[in-house]
Amino acid sequence: MNEKPAAGAIADWEQSDFTAYCLLLTAYYDTMYQLLKQILVTGIKTEPYPQADEALRVAAGRLRAEILESFAGALTIRHVDAGSCNGCELEINSLNNPYYNLEGLGIKFVASPRHADLLLVTGPVSRHMEVALKRTYDATPEPKLVVAIGDCGCTGGIFGESYASCGRVSNVIPVDVAVPGCPPTPVAIMQGILTAISLSKT
Amino acid sequence: MKLEDFQFELRQLPGAVAAWHGRVDAQQWRTACQQVRDKGGRLVALWGTDDHDRGEAFAVHAALVVQSGLLVTTMSLDGLSFPDISDIFPAANRMQRAIYDLFGVNAENAADRRKWLRHAAWPADVFPLRKDFVTHHLPGATGNGEADNYPFVRVGGEGVHEIPVGPVHAGTIEPGHFRFSIVGEGILRLEERLAYKHKGIEKRFEGMTLAEGVRLAGRVSGDSTVAYSWAYSMAVESMAEITPPPRALWLRALLLERERIANHLGDLGFLGNDAALAFGLAQFLRLKEDCLRTHQALFGHRYLMDVIVPGGIARDLEPAGMERLRREMAALEQTVSLLKSIYDEHAGLQDRFINCGRVSRELADRLGLTGVAARASGQAWDMRVEYPCVPYTELEVRMGSHRNGDVAARVAVRFEEVFESLRLSRLILDRLPLGACATKVPGVPAGRFGVGWIEGWRGEVLVALETGDDGRVARCHPHDPSWQNWPILERAVLGNIVPDFPLINKSFNLSYSGHDL
Repeated sequence: MNEKPAAGAIADWEQSDFTAYCLLLTAYYDTMYQLLKQILVTGIKTEPYPQADEALRVAAGRLRAEILESFAGALTIRHVDAGSCNGCELEINSLNNPYYNLEGLGIKFVASPRHADLLLVTGPVSRHMEVALKRTYDATPEPKLVVAIGDCGCTGGIFGESYASCGRVSNVIPVDVAVPGCPPTPVAIMQGILTAISLSKT
Repeated sequence: MKLEDFQFELRQLPGAVAAWHGRVDAQQWRTACQQVRDKGGRLVALWGTDDHDRGEAFAVHAALVVQSGLLVTTMSLDGLSFPDISDIFPAANRMQRAIYDLFGVNAENAADRRKWLRHAAWPADVFPLRKDFVTHHLPGATGNGEADNYPFVRVGGEGVHEIPVGPVHAGTIEPGHFRFSIVGEGILRLEERLAYKHKGIEKRFEGMTLAEGVRLAGRVSGDSTVAYSWAYSMAVESMAEITPPPRALWLRALLLERERIANHLGDLGFLGNDAALAFGLAQFLRLKEDCLRTHQALFGHRYLMDVIVPGGIARDLEPAGMERLRREMAALEQTVSLLKSIYDEHAGLQDRFINCGRVSRELADRLGLTGVAARASGQAWDMRVEYPCVPYTELEVRMGSHRNGDVAARVAVRFEEVFESLRLSRLILDRLPLGACATKVPGVPAGRFGVGWIEGWRGEVLVALETGDDGRVARCHPHDPSWQNWPILERAVLGNIVPDFPLINKSFNLSYSGHDL
């Protein structure tokens, strides 16, 4: 820039820190100011990430170490509700709140099984979801992992097996890791995911 | 609608709900519905029973709202059919079809008699809720192999095409199928195909002890576990003719309002996110998480599952916990006020919210919209106001309301209800009675009938319960407000564009599990 601004906003701008930037915006965008201020006031809430937990593993060594290594840091998940009460969905949604910040680990939810490395399956598998679950599993490219979530996903839970329910997820598709709980906490679900992508120690 | 206007005998049911029960014949079945409708009443639930094991026949039951409270009519059937009431209450359509799928009894001359809850898991000539039904399940096998050929209504014309969506959706939500008929991006018709989550909940209830049943009731729809476990407990307490101690009732209301706050916070976050304001999601989910952690610390469960039990509550609130709640709520109120002003002033957000997915007042009335969505469409229904049970009788709830019936209105009502629930929670903490928090539930004789009716965060939850010979559950019908509201979502999206569907759907946030049972 050849011409130096005479005075006023731009000169101030160059000297300003972030707070002054917010104040400048105030004049034009009060809402945006409030919003940015709230982000600053909130700060970073993310808590330390948990470790993998071998106790959650149900099928060991299905994938080679080098494949698991490539999953770590860039894992994509497709969630499938196969018949839950929707309690587990509440906790899976919690994974993306600022406290758990799952994406901070390079793990994200994707909209299609075609894009996924791992299926996160909740519920007893209702008979009416059996075909859809199998098709979703088949649509997920190899190599792939499956984590069953919740007491129902692990054992059929309170709904069990019946004319309408196939029970546990592993009755319908192969399962690598199963996370119990009704519903399991977000930390437990994270541990389940991390266990699935870590090398089996047994 | 006064009770003396009905031409049949009524018996008041004991317990917390103002409820009456009457046996009707085929003619009275329709007349009673028509009378209720003419006076502005509503249909809450419709369900069947198989009473052959006690020497009777099939029966159908309707729960209707009248001026004095809840009226439950029961009609014993001579054969395998009963008079259709879907012309009086459109919401009855799917409920009647569900009754057929489960019991094999038909609504005579109903315009729509397609299957509803049944896909391919069991054959068309087998009815799972009949007492002579044999659970001939084979884990991992899909029924008799019949494909689920559901006759969707086709829209013809140049340029019309269909988009099938689901049952597995793109986000972390429950499964269901949506069939859009569209021209360009505009939605001409939406047809839902639900019941993917049908997992036999009603059958599962049969034979449980009354104490065991509350755990299952709390998992009919996980996000409404407080409402369901309270409604179920209320039904048990009505049958056992007991009243829980005052402290238990006041704490139940605290839990119910906390559940409302937590769910509304989540919805407000997701609604912001669906309109591309990720800031809203991060902020509201943080606030929700704070509430959940408080629940874990004070009541032992993040979503308050299994805290309400027949006879009272399973966990008392300590004085230290009350302090924590007060502090947390003061901070919460302040932050939500700030976030509300950001939502209100955010032009991009309001542009997506306003006039999106409108349900007019007339349509809401005609089709029987209920709960938070109804209050956004000018329907003044809130059981906490109209048919309050203890402690709402002493709290004077201020009903949230709006007239526009669009996404913006459903957002506005949620904000109002968060503030009101915070106010109520504080009142409850200030006036919480001392004493025991549970009373013993005596054995309940066979053949008792009870109902529980609670204004959950989504809308009114009803649980109808009957005991068998051994004092166990013979029949339990849990009813979710989503039954009423799902069909209206089909209407709310008309004339909108497909990309607005997720936003409109979220603004209703209906339960699949609670509906599919």
